[in-house]
Amino acid sequence: MKPEWKAWAQEAKNEFPRANSALMPLMHRIQLSEGWLSNETIRDVAELMELPVQYVESVASFYSLFHRQAVGKRVIHVCVGLSCALKGSDELMHALEERLGIKEGQTTEDGAYTLLEAECLAACDKAPMVQVNLRYEGPVRPEDAERLLSEEVPS
Amino acid sequence: MSAQHYLLRNRDVEGIDRIEVYEANRGYAALRQALKDYQPDELVAMVKKSGLRGRGGAGFPTGMKWGFLPNDGRSRYLVVNSDEAEPGTFKDRELIEENPHQLVEGIIISSYATRASEAYIYCRGEFLRGAEQLKRAVKEAYDHGYLGKNILGTDYSLELKVYRGAGAYICGEESALLESLEGKRGNPRLKPPFPAVAGLYGGPTVVNNVETICNLPPLVTYGPEWYTSMGTEKSPGLKIMSVSGAVKRPGNYEIPLATPLRTLIEEYAGGMLPGRTVKAVIPGGSSVPLLMPDQLDTPLDYESVVKAGSMLGSGGCIVLDDRVCMVGATARLVKFYREESCGKCTPCREGTYWMTDVLERIEYGQGQLSDLDLLADVADNIAGKCFCPLGDASLGVLVSALKHFRHEFEAHVADHGCPMGARLYDTVNH
Ligand SMILES: Cc1cc2nc3c(=O)[nH]c(=O)nc-3n(C[C@H](O)[C@H](O)[C@H](O)COP(=O)(O)O)c2cc1C
Ligand code: SF4
Ligand code: FES
Repeated sequence: MKPEWKAWAQEAKNEFPRANSALMPLMHRIQLSEGWLSNETIRDVAELMELPVQYVESVASFYSLFHRQAVGKRVIHVCVGLSCALKGSDELMHALEERLGIKEGQTTEDGAYTLLEAECLAACDKAPMVQVNLRYEGPVRPEDAERLLSEEVPS
Repeated sequence: MSAQHYLLRNRDVEGIDRIEVYEANRGYAALRQALKDYQPDELVAMVKKSGLRGRGGAGFPTGMKWGFLPNDGRSRYLVVNSDEAEPGTFKDRELIEENPHQLVEGIIISSYATRASEAYIYCRGEFLRGAEQLKRAVKEAYDHGYLGKNILGTDYSLELKVYRGAGAYICGEESALLESLEGKRGNPRLKPPFPAVAGLYGGPTVVNNVETICNLPPLVTYGPEWYTSMGTEKSPGLKIMSVSGAVKRPGNYEIPLATPLRTLIEEYAGGMLPGRTVKAVIPGGSSVPLLMPDQLDTPLDYESVVKAGSMLGSGGCIVLDDRVCMVGATARLVKFYREESCGKCTPCREGTYWMTDVLERIEYGQGQLSDLDLLADVADNIAGKCFCPLGDASLGVLVSALKHFRHEFEAHVADHGCPMGARLYDTVNH
């Protein structure tokens, strides 16, 4: 457990004092600094929230944005929703897979990238839409895969 | 065509997301007026009179919903649904990212009207910038005395907090949203009791969509007659339509309700891309049945779209052109529901998986004619048999595609593949 987590837990509880409403804000904050939620982190969160480990695990595993496996420095979400698919999202995904040498759901060996699919990101007017560390980038056409990977992305 | 903007009126104003600029553009004037000129019940009456209906999908009359709150002295909550994730819909994201103060002002007015003392914005987890914008706007509103104790010197006080989801479409369903807000898995609750009686933390709660709430400032400014002067008697006012697909200018368009679908596509969205024609339209988000090219004159109001066999839903209008493979498109939409099924009940959890598998194998040329009956059979075992509306929502496009484009499904089977050469990312077996 990082020393500052205790204060973070307290802040979350101050803002959301009822039920377990502080749990997700705390997990968001820890994931932002750690990148993901390891088993050990889940145990720490449980302790901080005074909840059973199984409970925290059950909540974390419900939500797709809580990573339960280590992710790369840059997490690329390619929207594969219908509007994006109509504009070439699947080809973009293939291009990224090829370029990174991984499949959707995986992380490059050097820990630089994780490639994930996203459902409709509510930006269909700029299809195909991508998020890099949850920052929108679009449209990103299949032929733009190379450019996307060469960009500096603020985390 | 002259597009009259209200909710989107400030979209070209530089810096409108900052409170000084918002105020300089008559921002928070409606709140001052509401607090000064109206008792809470008078505001509820005004919203009832305006005929405003919920813009989150179901179109439930907002004033009536507010009227359901029991008068039992318990403290009340207002929860704003900003979980927008219905494929094809992207209006709420523009509203919160570009003009967050309009929403904050609407929330304060709505909370005052419903006598809520705490309000929450449940912001979709993917909307990182949206959450940042909202948090900043909320802080500015506190600093300027629009939130907190004794707002603008009155005896009304309100706390407003921004809560981030973490990736789950089902949390847009209001009872699942409340579960998530309480720090649980986002499984829907059994209804009744409805949120008005037992909602957040068991208290009386109003859940409203972002766009619904954004109507409040102009409603106070211009009055209910302004609202009923647009649209139809049962569907008055304005709706933001998100248009995507094969049109020249995809984007958000604010239309008076009952504007024909053809006008939305041809005038607002600039018409079809060169050389493309309309094959079918999903008018209200991925959960609603298709409209066909001979239905383009359908007025976009709740009743007319239902009469035409579909729903206005969230206003996510996806225009499918002649190059779209209906099997592939359907497979992609049903796959969405497979991914987002919360898993609580069997017909939805298993059915969406099964239908996706069958649709993808047809698209890949490994389907059989009997698969079409199988799809209809699985769909029949989902329809009306699920715990929450997500199950039924997975069928809207599928059932109407099977009806209108059965020949395309059959051609996939006969040709052992997609006759249009559509390629689909393999989502089941990769
Ligand atoms: C599966 C599902 C997803 C939903 N997603 C949303 C959503 O993202 N945003 C929204 O406002 N309403 C959504 N709704 C509707 C809400 O349950 C609720 O009716 C709405 O927030 C009420 O607000 P309104 O009356 O202002 O429309 C969804 C409903 C279902 C069944
Ligand atoms: S219908 Fe689907 S989303 Fe709704 S409760 Fe059942 S499994 Fe969950
Ligand atoms: S389908 Fe990709 S943003 Fe909507």
